Amino acid sequence: MSRPVTDGGREMIATKHPLDPMIRAERLPNIWCPGCGIGIVLAAYVNALTKSTKPHEKNVCISGIGCTGRIAGYLNLDTYHTTHGRAIPFATGMAVAKPDLEVFVIAGDGDISTIGGNHLIHAARRNVDINVIMVNNFNYGMTGGQHGATTPLNARTHTSPYGNVESPFNVPYLVSAAGASFVARWTALHVIQVTKAIKRMMEIKGFAFLEVLSPCPPTYGEYNGYPAALDMMKHFRERSVVDNGADLSTVSVATGADDRIVVGNFVDRKRPSYDELLTELQARTGKKSGALTEA
Amino acid sequence: MRRSGEVKVSATTTINKKNTSSGALKPGTYFMMGNFACVEAAIMAGCRFYAGYPITPSSEIFERACVRFPEVGGSAIEMEDEVASAAALIGASYAGSKAMTATSGPGFSLMMENIGLAFITEAPLVIVNVQRAGPSTGIPTLVGQGDMMQARWGSHGDLETIAYSPSSVQEFFDLTITAFNTAERFRTPVFVMADQVIGMMWERLKIPSIEGVEVLQRKVMDAKTRAKPFDYANDFIPMPIVGTGTNINVDSLTHDYRGYPSTDYTVSESMIGHLLGKIRRHAEEIWKWDGYLLDDAEELVVAYGSTARSALAAVKQARANGIKAGLLRLITPWPFPDAIIERYSRRVHNIVVPELNYGQIVHPVRENAQCPVIGINRAPGALMDPTTIVDALEVVAN
Ligand code: SF4
Repeated sequence: MSRPVTDGGREMIATKHPLDPMIRAERLPNIWCPGCGIGIVLAAYVNALTKSTKPHEKNVCISGIGCTGRIAGYLNLDTYHTTHGRAIPFATGMAVAKPDLEVFVIAGDGDISTIGGNHLIHAARRNVDINVIMVNNFNYGMTGGQHGATTPLNARTHTSPYGNVESPFNVPYLVSAAGASFVARWTALHVIQVTKAIKRMMEIKGFAFLEVLSPCPPTYGEYNGYPAALDMMKHFRERSVVDNGADLSTVSVATGADDRIVVGNFVDRKRPSYDELLTELQARTGKKSGALTEA
Repeated sequence: MRRSGEVKVSATTTINKKNTSSGALKPGTYFMMGNFACVEAAIMAGCRFYAGYPITPSSEIFERACVRFPEVGGSAIEMEDEVASAAALIGASYAGSKAMTATSGPGFSLMMENIGLAFITEAPLVIVNVQRAGPSTGIPTLVGQGDMMQARWGSHGDLETIAYSPSSVQEFFDLTITAFNTAERFRTPVFVMADQVIGMMWERLKIPSIEGVEVLQRKVMDAKTRAKPFDYANDFIPMPIVGTGTNINVDSLTHDYRGYPSTDYTVSESMIGHLLGKIRRHAEEIWKWDGYLLDDAEELVVAYGSTARSALAAVKQARANGIKAGLLRLITPWPFPDAIIERYSRRVHNIVVPELNYGQIVHPVRENAQCPVIGINRAPGALMDPTTIVDALEVVAN
């Protein structure tokens, strides 16, 4: 990465960044709009990776399709840019076949909770040992701003021009009910908390889920009162309430000027993971493999 | 040992031979259902990952995989739908596993999206389709051959696919092993297009000794030589396996030699050229067919799957009726063995193509034949009656 910095009015060019080895720097600049929050999530993940106890090559990032879906391709890891909504089952197959990996799925809200919503709840139910970061920008950004399963009621998008008449998913509540071992929500403003949550996800055995609310100035922001790069960030700063013990049935997100945004590490519990149960099953059946042989 | 009449038909139906240390069944002669034979072949081919969703008439494959895979250190996972099954196979394939699923028409339709992903990312895997009557839900558990064109053209964009079509339990076993080998060699999804009759039929099955079975493994990329992970000048590119330090981006977008997304026309041209060309340039090595009374045949039947069994009976009957009929049985409908059809079509007066659909494989036959080609098409839901084929041969021969 190279970027201009100022030093007493003189412009300097920084030719190196400490995180360069984690990034495919030759692919920069990235495709994201000014003011987008996805880059913040990328940086938080990379920062967490530097603290990972796993060998570097065991960290894998899988993404779906959309703006957030481009995260994987910028990381200097084994990365997979898959089909829309299918990153979670792709990750499931990979993690089950090779349990020593630390698998992250990083994708958008449309990808994870709308077209991929069924995969999301089933992965949480199975408690498969993967980590999912859902960057929620409240709409489909890459296709120009359409509503999805996370778009707040009454919000305006190109496919809800008169206001959205659908109620959104409260995704942490959904994923928690489905059985995930870890569930958190932060915003792109909460860089430290996001990074810490990702580090915790690396330790969790089982399904770990993090929602990161993110500004999308040109589409969602433009039509819903947050058109400038920092508008939504200011809103996050003013309206976020940290409540780790929140009743998840009450943490639905809306973006009206007076709406509260409840954030926190909501769920951190021990449940047997799919991988643990499968290993135990293999040990049990492997021992009696002769049992099938008698007529 | 149970007498055959007492055999309980379930995935856990016992087998009267000891397993070998590899987990594969001991060599010998068995009486087995086609769907079970498929699983035993997969184990022998080294498959240790199954992701599936139940659907008749393929369910016995999944059920038996759930019994057998954990015994051999593998895993069989039940996904939430066939979209997820196909996606999971690609993930497992990139984890270095030989991976498979089995389905029927409705599930095959749902897999089309990720069949495209497997194709563009060059992920070897095997999908078995035990075809039933369609369209839509059709007649579950009655035979059909309506998915043959879907196996070729079902996923959007330009694909070149490989499909095997077994006509017996033994062949279902043999071709399942071949399908894994072909997938590994070409780094591409391979289909075994069985049908309900072949899947659910019980027949004698000879299981060979594992030492005598050719089992291919994909070329794997060395982390140190990763400079050109998608070297399109090379038909067979080593596969980067996750977790081995290759640091490769594997992309569903059109990608360049580094694996990076690109909108450059020359990249599109070279990537597609590679994906199609690696199969087209080696099609003759993939083709398999079988002939019966071809030498002096004047009227040729081209058939595949369970319909080929009816066709064999029909050819014998036609010969008894004084018609010089022969059978060309297609074992690899895809890539289509065009030169084979062309060659035999020059020696005969007519070709008839019986299918349990309203005209699918008849089209590439007609495209390549130098003689008249007549389709014999029947609604799915019942085996092709040999008399129907004999009647057609009588008409064309006279
Ligand atoms: S459209 Fe929105 S989510 Fe997409 S890059 Fe731009 S700001 Fe980010």
